[in-house]
Amino acid sequence: MNQKYNPALFWFAVLNAVATFLLIGLGGLVTSHEAGMSVPDWPTTYGYNMFLFPVDKWIGGIFYEHSHRLLASVVGLLTTILAVWLWLQDSRKWIHWLGIGAFLLVIAQGILGGLRVRWQLDWLGVPHGAVAQTFLVLTCSIALFTSRWWIHSAAEKQIYVPRGLRSHVLYVTILIFIQLLIAATMRHQHAGLAITDFPLAYGKIWPATTPEAIAHYNATRPAGTFGNPITAFQVNLQLIHRLVAYTIFLGVAAAAGLARKKLGGRDPLTKFAVFWLVLLSLQIVLGAATIWSNKAADVTTLHVMVGASALLTGMLWWLVAQRRTRLAG
Amino acid sequence: MKKSLLLLALGIFAMGRIAGAGDLTGTISLKGTPPAEASFASKMQDDPNCSVLYAGKYPTTRFYVVGANGELADVVVSLQGISGKSTGASAAPVTMDQKGALYVPQMVAIQTGQKLIVKNSDTFIHNVHTTPTANPESNQVQMGGGADLTYTFDKPEMFLKFKCDVHPWMFAWVSVFDHPYFALSGPDGKFTIKNVPPGKYTLAATHRKLGTQTAEIEVKDDGAAQNFTFEVK
Ligand code: HEM
Ligand SMILES: [Cu+2]
Repeated sequence: MNQKYNPALFWFAVLNAVATFLLIGLGGLVTSHEAGMSVPDWPTTYGYNMFLFPVDKWIGGIFYEHSHRLLASVVGLLTTILAVWLWLQDSRKWIHWLGIGAFLLVIAQGILGGLRVRWQLDWLGVPHGAVAQTFLVLTCSIALFTSRWWIHSAAEKQIYVPRGLRSHVLYVTILIFIQLLIAATMRHQHAGLAITDFPLAYGKIWPATTPEAIAHYNATRPAGTFGNPITAFQVNLQLIHRLVAYTIFLGVAAAAGLARKKLGGRDPLTKFAVFWLVLLSLQIVLGAATIWSNKAADVTTLHVMVGASALLTGMLWWLVAQRRTRLAG
Repeated sequence: MKKSLLLLALGIFAMGRIAGAGDLTGTISLKGTPPAEASFASKMQDDPNCSVLYAGKYPTTRFYVVGANGELADVVVSLQGISGKSTGASAAPVTMDQKGALYVPQMVAIQTGQKLIVKNSDTFIHNVHTTPTANPESNQVQMGGGADLTYTFDKPEMFLKFKCDVHPWMFAWVSVFDHPYFALSGPDGKFTIKNVPPGKYTLAATHRKLGTQTAEIEVKDDGAAQNFTFEVK
């Protein structure tokens, strides 16, 4: 337990976390550009060793998919180094295993991505997306655990965070994770927007999903929706995504309000909760913009990245609150 | 001499009747104004190959291929309730090209076991990705000017989708039948299903966006005719 703060290790963990965040953004671009299958082979790229694939062939969707694979290799390398470094230099046993866990997860993630391509299993994009978010939370947690604050906090007097508030934040964070699963399922339908207007849905609060209604939506959907015809399932999925979004927003607003009441406006965790609320407001605006722009790739990818940030913020908030409460003892 | 010619003509006519197969023809039309097609401009202009190829005049989707008087092309017309009659193995192959980062034609109909040859006339890469519902999925590399790819499908399926993920606007739809009694309507809205044995059938006409219409028909020795009218509401 006499771990000393190691700035090099900490900043390396931060580098890995940032690279992972960018990788999620690049992964989001792959899906937004419907480019997940644009390189049919793996681990080669159009028959080339992936590190030697000529730049003049990085065209169209290949650009996103190929750079995603390259950045993923970088993250894999960083994670491996981090795991070894933690094992050798950190005195905390549990953090060794966290490093190994991250290493195994990044390998699993790579294989998942590869199998998706090799076996043309597009739906594997859903677990691939879920593992990506989990991995981001893990790499950021490792950065937190190696930070100066985490290691030195034991020496200072900490302010207790009430249990009710901590559980509330944990539940909302879990709900955000569920939301990411719903969203990943939505995105891997490749059917274009299942509902094309917002805040209403096909002009109603709750649109009809009878076979006749669905046929009518398909016949009159604005052009630019190139994918498969939509189904009732997809319409319902987007409605659920919207409802869960409002629930999360209220949950985060409540968390910010509660934090202010219990911890005071000056507490860093209150400020962090307010930041969380700002992220969620932004996320809802970006969700709406995704609809209004008929899923412009850049808007949609921002929506994915802010979604990941919202999950991360909830998780880091909870970890810090747990640590403080433990040390307030 | 004249008499024998007449007899010969009669004979040929009689043989046609004994073989008992007439052509089933018709015209498909569209009532109403279809929704506007989407331009590929926003996607194509970021692509160095396509921006040069099309120099500012980008193509659009072609979901509703409609003539001046409402003639509707790309409708799949087929007899229903027939199966296990495929002559695909001995039928001539059908070719589909990739040209200017588009599938040409974009709407194809073949039989089970019939060869579909996919060419790449472009100088750049495509991936040829099928996303079937009944047949196995596949995704293959095709380099610029690369060797042709050959496909056959074992199971009947409507609108089996071909796509290229390098160029996310590229789609083609291949309908697969396990009998030879189907046709696609042309730019004049007309279709012909050849050599249909006489009898009563259900004839279906399916447009990818407008759904399916059916008609009960009777094919006589000299064939039959049946028109369909789709409507955009
Ligand atoms: C709590 C708030 C929200 C969160 C955390 C969230 C999260 C996400 C995430 C992470 C994705 C991408 C999933 C992936 O590719 O793996 C996504 C997709 C999507 N979100 Fe949200 N979202 C929220 C609110 C909204 C709202 C209010 C709307 C408005 C209707 C919306 C509309 C969409 C749409 C249409 C997609 C699918 C885009 C596509 O198919 O590419 N979201 N969401
Ligand atoms: Cu292509």
